Amino acid sequence: MAITRIIIPRLVLLLFVVLGVAVITFSISHLIPGDPARMIAGDRASAETLENVRRSLGLDRPVVEQFTIYIGNLLQGDLGTSLRTNRPVAGDIRTFLPATLELGAVALFIAICLGVPLGVLSAVYKDGPIDQIARTVSVCGISMPVFWFGLILIYFFYAKFQILPGSGRLAMGIVAPERITGFLLIDSLLQGRFDAFRSAVYHIILPGFVLAFANMGVITRQIRASMLDVLQEDYIRTARASGLRKGMIIFNYALRNALIPSITLLGLALGDLLYGAVLTETIFAWPGMGTYVVTSIQTLDFPAIMGFTIVASIGYVLINLLVDLAYMLADPQIREV
Amino acid sequence: MMTGTAELRGQALAIHNLSLEFPTFSGAVKALDNVSINVGKAEIVGIVGESGCGKSVTTMAATGLLPRGRYRITGGSVRLFNHNTLAMDESQLQDVRGKMVSTIFQEPMNALNPTIRIGKQLTDVIMRHEEASLPDARRIARDILADMLIGEPERVMKLYPFELSGGMRQRVLIAMAFSCNPGLIIADEPTTALDVTVQAVILRLIQNRARRTGTSVVFISHNVAVVSQLCDRLYVMYAGRIVEHGATRTVLDAPLHPYTQALLRCLPERVAPKQELEAITGAVPTLMHPPAGCYFQPRCKEPVDLCRSRSPQLAGSDGREVACWRRGVAPETSEQGSRQ
Repeated sequence: MAITRIIIPRLVLLLFVVLGVAVITFSISHLIPGDPARMIAGDRASAETLENVRRSLGLDRPVVEQFTIYIGNLLQGDLGTSLRTNRPVAGDIRTFLPATLELGAVALFIAICLGVPLGVLSAVYKDGPIDQIARTVSVCGISMPVFWFGLILIYFFYAKFQILPGSGRLAMGIVAPERITGFLLIDSLLQGRFDAFRSAVYHIILPGFVLAFANMGVITRQIRASMLDVLQEDYIRTARASGLRKGMIIFNYALRNALIPSITLLGLALGDLLYGAVLTETIFAWPGMGTYVVTSIQTLDFPAIMGFTIVASIGYVLINLLVDLAYMLADPQIREV
Repeated sequence: MMTGTAELRGQALAIHNLSLEFPTFSGAVKALDNVSINVGKAEIVGIVGESGCGKSVTTMAATGLLPRGRYRITGGSVRLFNHNTLAMDESQLQDVRGKMVSTIFQEPMNALNPTIRIGKQLTDVIMRHEEASLPDARRIARDILADMLIGEPERVMKLYPFELSGGMRQRVLIAMAFSCNPGLIIADEPTTALDVTVQAVILRLIQNRARRTGTSVVFISHNVAVVSQLCDRLYVMYAGRIVEHGATRTVLDAPLHPYTQALLRCLPERVAPKQELEAITGAVPTLMHPPAGCYFQPRCKEPVDLCRSRSPQLAGSDGREVACWRRGVAPETSEQGSRQ
């Protein structure tokens, strides 16, 4: 089966990627100046206190031993204990990651739902008014800084007209639904908490749209370019010569082929979303990974930084795997060979 | 030409004095100049000429396949089974294409959609034009594939185009073209991209099916040899004009236009052994600034004075016409004879 032939090597690769990333993050954490023990103990701590903190953290042992312990823990899903929060990093990530993933998923959904049709229309009515508008919008999306666009939206929709909330995931006074997946939109529905669901939807619109906007521009451009290519193809002429309806030709015969070169881009966009999430989360006070990572970096919370890096790299490998699987779905030439 | 309306009604395709140009930034390219082509019912007609002479543009204009807004019809008319296709909007054309007239293009490699199974591509077309359920459409598709000498049509319908050879793909495309029993098939260089051995088979398939079902065929090719085996009548095009036409035998045995004569002298099979093959010197004129007079005159071996100043009109009788001053047609009578 072609599917297993694609998945299995990727999973093997995943192990090596994680190991490699672990080596790199571990080395960086030891090469970068800055003493975590001092960060914890404080500037005025005595040498003895410092030594105690160091010992409790395991920082007094040889580097190689530290690394083997780290890898051993890693394989058991233990990412260490955050120096800042004193909680297990894995637990922190479990707490904050769903918020980011939820925001990213909504943003990707918006970006695709707006970007793909816009790109298609733009190509079909090339140089027409729709195309001009779509191109302007996508240039704006690509070139507008996230923080600026976010603030503008907050100013109009929250501060001025008070149509949408400007921060957080839920309105104050609404009790969060019991945690099942960590995705508020899903958890609230599962528990029939429609008040929480509605509040969550309202809260995610602005940050979701801000995060989606840049990627929407990229997607629109890509779809437009590949649609223009595909519409020139001989098989589109064949379809026209057979009298097939325009709508069928565009969405069934052309878009299917135009999506193939766009898949890679969607994979990259997914990566971009996580990166863009840092800024968006900060602006909208979204309690997700972005905020967590920024704070961890500021406080030199190495276990947290390393843990996040490893989770993110696993994420990237999985995204690439998804991209490959999506290719198989879209392109029979890859699937059937 | 001596074609009355009564006769036109019996035609599958009647293109009359069609002129067409492509506007560009640097001026209009006059791609077609007074082109008239008649295709009778159940007749197989060939259009020959070198690349860029307007063969494909003529039929694509007639079927509305040229990109909208990129060309201008400057005169003439088109009747497809007595329907004026030039006046149709895209939606009407969509009903005509595939049902009344189908086109088989060259390059079978790219003419089928790479991401859709053969069977679906066929049934999409069939269900578009016929009142057929999916099982019915599949049955029609299977029968027509079998008719194209495709073994195991059921299996082929489950395949994607990249799993088929070029010859097989072209058979699928021919099957698709015939699938809704159109009255007219336009075969636009259908074998150019194929091996010589496959070519003959493909040509026979088109010919046999057309003869059996009484379908008219317009066969476009730059290869005179290919056309001569299939066609009842021939049109020779040069630089957007018809320069000669008549029954295939007559044109090949006694070509009247210097261009036709030169074309035939380029064929290896018509030249005695050890004799050198000829090539037509010079190049096709640019249609943005065409030469005065006869377009072929700069390459013609024996032009007369008139050729440089006035363009000859098609003239002749009994379905045999040529546009050449050296055929002894006086300009005045020719002008009157060719205009109606």
